[in-house]
Amino acid sequence: MRPVLRRCAMRTVLWVAIASAVGIGVATRPSRAATPEETIAGAARKVVKLYGAGGVRGLEAYQTGILVSAEGQIVTVMSTVLDSDEIACVLDDGRRFPATLLGMDPRRELAVLTIAGEDLPFFALNELDRVAVGTRIFALSNLFGVAVGDERVSVQHGIVSATVPLEARRGAYEAPYQGDVYVLDCTTNNPGSPGGALIDWRGRLIGVLGKELRANDSGIWLNYALPADEVWRGVRDIRAGETQPEIRESTVKAFDPLLLGLVLVPDLLDKTPPFIESILPGSAAAATHLQPDDLLIAVGGKSVASRFAVQRALGVLAEGDPVRLAVVRNGTIMDMDLGPRPSEAQK
Amino acid sequence: MPRRPNLSRTLFLIVLCLCCHIAGSITSAAEGIAAVLEAQQRRIDTIRQASMAAVAIFAGEAGGGSGVLVSADGYALTNFHVVQPAGLAMKCGLSDGRVYDAVLVGLDPTGDVSLIKLVGRQDFPFAEFADSDRVAVGDFCFAAGNPFLLATDFQPSISAGIVSGTHRYQFPAGTILEYADCLQVDAAINPGNSGGALFDADGRIIGVNGRASFEKRGRVNVGVGYAISANQLRNFFGFLKGGRLVDHATLGATAATSEDGRVVVSDILESSDAYRRGLRYDDEIVSLSGRSIRTVNAFKNILGTLPAGWRVPLVYRRSGRRVEIFVRLASVHAAAQLAAIVSGGDPSAEQPQRPVPQKPQHPDDPQQPKQLAGKPPVASLPQSLRGLYEERSGFANHHFNTVERNRVAQMIAGRGMFNAHAGAWIFTGRLATGEPFRIELSDERGLIDLPTGTTTVDATGDLDANPSPPGSGGMLAALILWRRLLREGPGSLGRTAYWGTAPLESAPRGAPTLLVDVLETSVSAVESRFSVGPSGRVLAVDLWISSDADPCDIRFLKPLASDPLEMPGVIEVYHGNELFGTFIVEAASLKTIDAPIDNDAKKKAAAESGEASGAVLGDSASATRGES
Repeated sequence: MRPVLRRCAMRTVLWVAIASAVGIGVATRPSRAATPEETIAGAARKVVKLYGAGGVRGLEAYQTGILVSAEGQIVTVMSTVLDSDEIACVLDDGRRFPATLLGMDPRRELAVLTIAGEDLPFFALNELDRVAVGTRIFALSNLFGVAVGDERVSVQHGIVSATVPLEARRGAYEAPYQGDVYVLDCTTNNPGSPGGALIDWRGRLIGVLGKELRANDSGIWLNYALPADEVWRGVRDIRAGETQPEIRESTVKAFDPLLLGLVLVPDLLDKTPPFIESILPGSAAAATHLQPDDLLIAVGGKSVASRFAVQRALGVLAEGDPVRLAVVRNGTIMDMDLGPRPSEAQK
Repeated sequence: MPRRPNLSRTLFLIVLCLCCHIAGSITSAAEGIAAVLEAQQRRIDTIRQASMAAVAIFAGEAGGGSGVLVSADGYALTNFHVVQPAGLAMKCGLSDGRVYDAVLVGLDPTGDVSLIKLVGRQDFPFAEFADSDRVAVGDFCFAAGNPFLLATDFQPSISAGIVSGTHRYQFPAGTILEYADCLQVDAAINPGNSGGALFDADGRIIGVNGRASFEKRGRVNVGVGYAISANQLRNFFGFLKGGRLVDHATLGATAATSEDGRVVVSDILESSDAYRRGLRYDDEIVSLSGRSIRTVNAFKNILGTLPAGWRVPLVYRRSGRRVEIFVRLASVHAAAQLAAIVSGGDPSAEQPQRPVPQKPQHPDDPQQPKQLAGKPPVASLPQSLRGLYEERSGFANHHFNTVERNRVAQMIAGRGMFNAHAGAWIFTGRLATGEPFRIELSDERGLIDLPTGTTTVDATGDLDANPSPPGSGGMLAALILWRRLLREGPGSLGRTAYWGTAPLESAPRGAPTLLVDVLETSVSAVESRFSVGPSGRVLAVDLWISSDADPCDIRFLKPLASDPLEMPGVIEVYHGNELFGTFIVEAASLKTIDAPIDNDAKKKAAAESGEASGAVLGDSASATRGES
């Protein structure tokens, strides 16, 4: 009996030893990991170049999108690029599709577009845990529009530097999203980058590059991405047809047109039409062909019906943004370019 | 109690097992750390090695930039926009802490490249080129340079990153500083990095940094830099080494994307070689120089990497039919225009402005290229550079053309004692059709016997406008000059210069392009180019009997096995789109000095040719090469 037992025990121990040895072997021998080049090549097939409205100074007509379904749903960030009836989407293989807007999530500033595709490579969205600070990342985007047709989007590398609540603005608008973002140590805040894919070295989508925003405190351009779980929630809401209220405009500070040299007619009525009373000599307005009695009808492409609307529309622009006005004179619409908007401090 | 020992033994074994487990983990962790440390050490070593080849260029008040040594005798590449303000001479610091004088060698304003030569050593550290077409997005890379001119101790600053994009196209400023087929990197490229090399993980040159996208945030790095590809640099290197003011190429045709997404010819000059070879408006361009074209950018990319004067294959499609032609590329600029650009003229004034959707920006701000610092009198060059500069129009520094020309002349002379064979050179054999031919070349004349008749050319006189035999475009003239070059060297061929390097079209498809040296000669109005292989064998002659004619292209293939002078075993002659003939040489007889001319052959030739001499030859031996 005893020897049998002992043998049994011995055998058990042996098996445990072998099993654990094998276990160690399996655990410590990594299956060949994809090289960074392979990871990037795989992810780049799921990133698209988007072309829409824009092209005027300071506003690009292109950005980036990410395929999130095999049938051609694309998530990107809300921007003026999407303010167009004709949004074009160019896939990694160079195929070009018209894209239609499915819906928007104004709080996270996300939009979902659809194209008539099938069997497309895509990033599976899910409620992925946040990645740790220090995670190595690649950022894939249509920066500067340098890639066209079947040319691959640009790739930058870096790490997640911090996960912090977003406190930022574009122009006078405070960013509506104030949840956590990944702050990155590489310059992803380039024209065309918004909507780009942030992936880890395993090729998982961990975030979407945000639109160009400056930090509230310092005015520094931010390099950040919306974490994947927020993207997942946003896309889920858009797919479900839920939309949130429009952007809060209450934060817009009125800007005095006098700083541009524009004297408007006195604001006597509730909706005084914005006629030009006079133009200050030596001012930005004086450098154009503006004349007294011209009626302002648009500021930065947005129609203005009153003096107040002019002040607000100018307030929406950030310091340095181009000031473009449209006026009516003798029944003709004329465009005027007043150059960059001065700061309010110049009063 | 009797069980106890067993139990403890079992426990002991289990503990032992666990220990093994932990030990195993520790070992594998240690191995991991060792691998990381080893990789880091390798990177440090690579960067140290590459740093030795990095050049800090100081041009005094004119600023400076970076460069990279590419040969032990001191040739270094940098940007045109770095050298332009410096002029002919500059001071270069290496990581050994020493300063060397350098002289301008060659300029490529369109490609924003220039070649300089450091003097004082024959054992400069240098870096090798990598094949930039094999660079993949995501590859590690690093720049070694002189950003913000910080390298006052000549230790280059290193910025590391990854390759963000390949085959990028960046529009030129006016007609120059075009970055075609360039590499995009997220390694920091700042002012002063211009001209420095972009290295791969093995410390080989994959590009020369020179440009970056900035916009909005001032002239600092935003992780978007561009480097001129190593393969483009290699294409132009021979021309630069020949002291030339190099020009880029145009097809004489523009491309646009059609509505169905094809790249088609949107405009074509009737005077262009492409038109003469058969390319027409609305033809789809399938490939150029062996690379397929799917976007207009790709077309511009490929064209932008090619030197003017190269002949490259082009495949087009018309009505579903694919046609391959060989097209000789023309210069983008007139010679005087290029010279004006270098000396500070307004490049845009003479050419229509091309659309510039994105402001091209260079770290060193040549928004408007500055004037090449007034060429100082040679006497003002530093002592070490005396004798290394010679002014001549069309050249950045003609001295280096002489150096290269002499080098090639020596290579040819090194093949054998051609000079001893002052008598007639007689080649006999058969055409591809099986019919016999005979070629006789002497100081006095060139003669060819063909089934269709005999043609003679007086070699002592003017070869101008002599296309003999008819249909060949000047085969006899080319052979006469070839013999003269072999026997008497380049000096016997009128004005002879080193042209540059060009690919051999006879190289098999897919093989790495072998670039061979090319000499250019002009004997009165007859221009010719001789391609000389690395062993000094003349491999091809292109000869223009007049500037507006298609050349006669001769390839010397398969040297005769038993011949110590390696006379050609096969001679192919092309003219226009046609193969004029394939001459399979069965015997070559090179008479030595004062060997009497074979009188029988002479009589026979005279009898056969008679009045028929100069009659139009049939094209029995011709075959279509492309479409007309």
